[in-house]
Amino acid sequence: MLEKKSNIKAWFYLLPAMALLSVFTFYPLFNAFYLAILRDFSFLNRTASGFTLFGNFIEVIKDRNFAIAMKNTSIIVFVSVPISVLVALFISVGLNSIKKLQGIFQTIFFLPYVTNAIAIGMAFAFIFHSDYGLFNTFLGWFGIDPVNWIGMGASWSTAMFALLIFTVWGGLAFKIMVFLSGLQSIDKQYYDAARVDATPRSRVFRRITVPLLSPMIAYITITSFIGAFKAYRTIIGMFGPTLRPPGTLSKDSLITIVGLVYQSLRNADTIGEISRAASASIILFAITLIFTLIQMWVSKKRVHY
Amino acid sequence: MEITLKNLTKIFQEKDKGEITAVNNLNITIPSGKLVGLLGPSGCGKSTTLYLIAGLLNPNKGRIFFGDEDVTDMPPEERGIGLVFQNYALYPHMTVRQNIMFPLENIKVEKQEALKRSQEMADLVGIGELMDRKPKQLSGGQQQRVAIARALVKKPRVLLLDEPLSNLDARLRLATREEIKRIQRETGITTLFVTHDQEEAMSISDQIVLLNFGIKQQEGEPQDVYDQPDNLFSAKFLGTPPINIFEGEIKNKKLIFNDMELTTKDSPDKNVLIGIRPEGFIIDKKSAFSLSVYMVETIGRDTTLIIKNPLDEEETFRAIVDASHRIKPGDTIKFKIKPEKLFVFDPETGELL
Ligand SMILES: Nc1ncnc2c1ncn2[C@@H]1O[C@H](COP(=O)(O)OP(=O)(O)O)[C@@H](O)[C@H]1O
Ligand SMILES: [Mg+2]
Repeated sequence: MLEKKSNIKAWFYLLPAMALLSVFTFYPLFNAFYLAILRDFSFLNRTASGFTLFGNFIEVIKDRNFAIAMKNTSIIVFVSVPISVLVALFISVGLNSIKKLQGIFQTIFFLPYVTNAIAIGMAFAFIFHSDYGLFNTFLGWFGIDPVNWIGMGASWSTAMFALLIFTVWGGLAFKIMVFLSGLQSIDKQYYDAARVDATPRSRVFRRITVPLLSPMIAYITITSFIGAFKAYRTIIGMFGPTLRPPGTLSKDSLITIVGLVYQSLRNADTIGEISRAASASIILFAITLIFTLIQMWVSKKRVHY
Repeated sequence: MEITLKNLTKIFQEKDKGEITAVNNLNITIPSGKLVGLLGPSGCGKSTTLYLIAGLLNPNKGRIFFGDEDVTDMPPEERGIGLVFQNYALYPHMTVRQNIMFPLENIKVEKQEALKRSQEMADLVGIGELMDRKPKQLSGGQQQRVAIARALVKKPRVLLLDEPLSNLDARLRLATREEIKRIQRETGITTLFVTHDQEEAMSISDQIVLLNFGIKQQEGEPQDVYDQPDNLFSAKFLGTPPINIFEGEIKNKKLIFNDMELTTKDSPDKNVLIGIRPEGFIIDKKSAFSLSVYMVETIGRDTTLIIKNPLDEEETFRAIVDASHRIKPGDTIKFKIKPEKLFVFDPETGELL
């Protein structure tokens, strides 16, 4: 009797959140599924010629741009995330051991987090400018000739390289913040014990720091993968609405799946385009979901709590 | 191996509180193969002393010797120390076996050899069957043994234990302190045992060092320190129930309490503090020293009389007498004081007179 009452109470407290979620999350999600199975849906007339279970999905997948978007998205996900997690980990461990300058560094690494990604993208576009970009100047110190990274007619691979560096850098701030707070909550006595037992530094890192930080590492890795699957703002920030260096062909585009969705939405007047946008977003949703479930399953076995 | 601390001083700089002298000009010798108890109230600098010996902290002044070797500037990993932390600091993600093997892997002991030595050490401390558990799956006492095994497995020159029993319940504490003593005997390792529990220190140690405010108060064999305290702090810190302290005076070479003569004392006239151990009271009808009993605690073996201080009704003190005396609350009893259980201290300096 008592328990039942408190259950009702709990639901009552959840009501506002549920209401908001229904309007802004569940309804759009449901709507996307609905749009994805409409045949020849016209956004202007709000009419469709019927239903098709896979028709829109097949059209999306057959589109030449889909393969390009899948390739770009995969590279961004599987290259930038592991690198940025590792780099963030090393920087955090380094920062954690320099007590004096920690505050300043924390601010420096935190700045990108509070700055608009598109603004930073533009700044990065300038850094990679072939004539007066910092990056080429830097390479010049080592006697390397200037490279046309993202300028007129730049190749897909140099543009992707620049994009990856930008993506890694942009994701560092939040990761470092989480890792630092995780490191600071590790009992210092573990390190004292390790010192007394003559543990080499690298072993302290591998056998003590990483396992004790593993819940944070798992959290950061999973959320970063989800974020990277949705990459779009970084690309528009760096390359503008064309999503590719000027003067290049669309096969060299840096478009991602989310980019594909937006492109379809921009052509919403064309019959069936909205349904294709919905289908593409559902494909992305499915990929992300499966991937996240696998990761959670793996981390359950590997993470120490 | 003998450990010698010479004029050891450690000062902490605190932003808001200024300087804290945690260890103040400490001179201690820990004889080879002995178990020495470092005893003092919380915050007196025991852990700091231990960390200085371990090399985890560096002294501001003074030297540390292991045998003839000056190790003051040697990093902790080269000192050959086994350290058991107050909360054990077992690596939570490793099994017992991995925890015990960890120090051996650091010094690249061959795998089979490391496994063998870990098992031997685990058997010695009595946790040989628990090797595949995680620390969280162990009781406090078992965790403590794992910590000792981990400290001993690399065959250190010195074993340092920081309040190793403080996290255990009373019964386990008794059993474990005997265990520690046994392990120390069997391995013959020079051991420094830190505790704030005087009973623990007295029962386990070959020698004790009493510390207060980072300053050594007294050192010696437990019974000697108990029997011959150098000062008020030593007298008060050792013994349960604690020594009774009350104000008195020396007048005409007599020790006077509440106008009653306790004994003769060949000192100039002055106010003093009188300390009498609870077991120092003997019922003696001929004595001039009489007190009224307020409460009686009987435990069978002996009887504790709780007596209100006639000079200060708020204060009580305790006398332990033979159970054969049938004493009731309210009785007025005449006492003789055993001379070896009576101490007179200077009220200003606390020194024994
Ligand atoms: N790292 C530190 N920084 C500042 N003060 C400290 C530090 N460690 C200990 N102290 C101070 O030194 C004194 C002795 O501490 P400690 O050796 O831990 O005492 P104990 O182990 O006897 O309880 C205490 O006043 C404590 O606050
Ligand atoms: Mg302590």
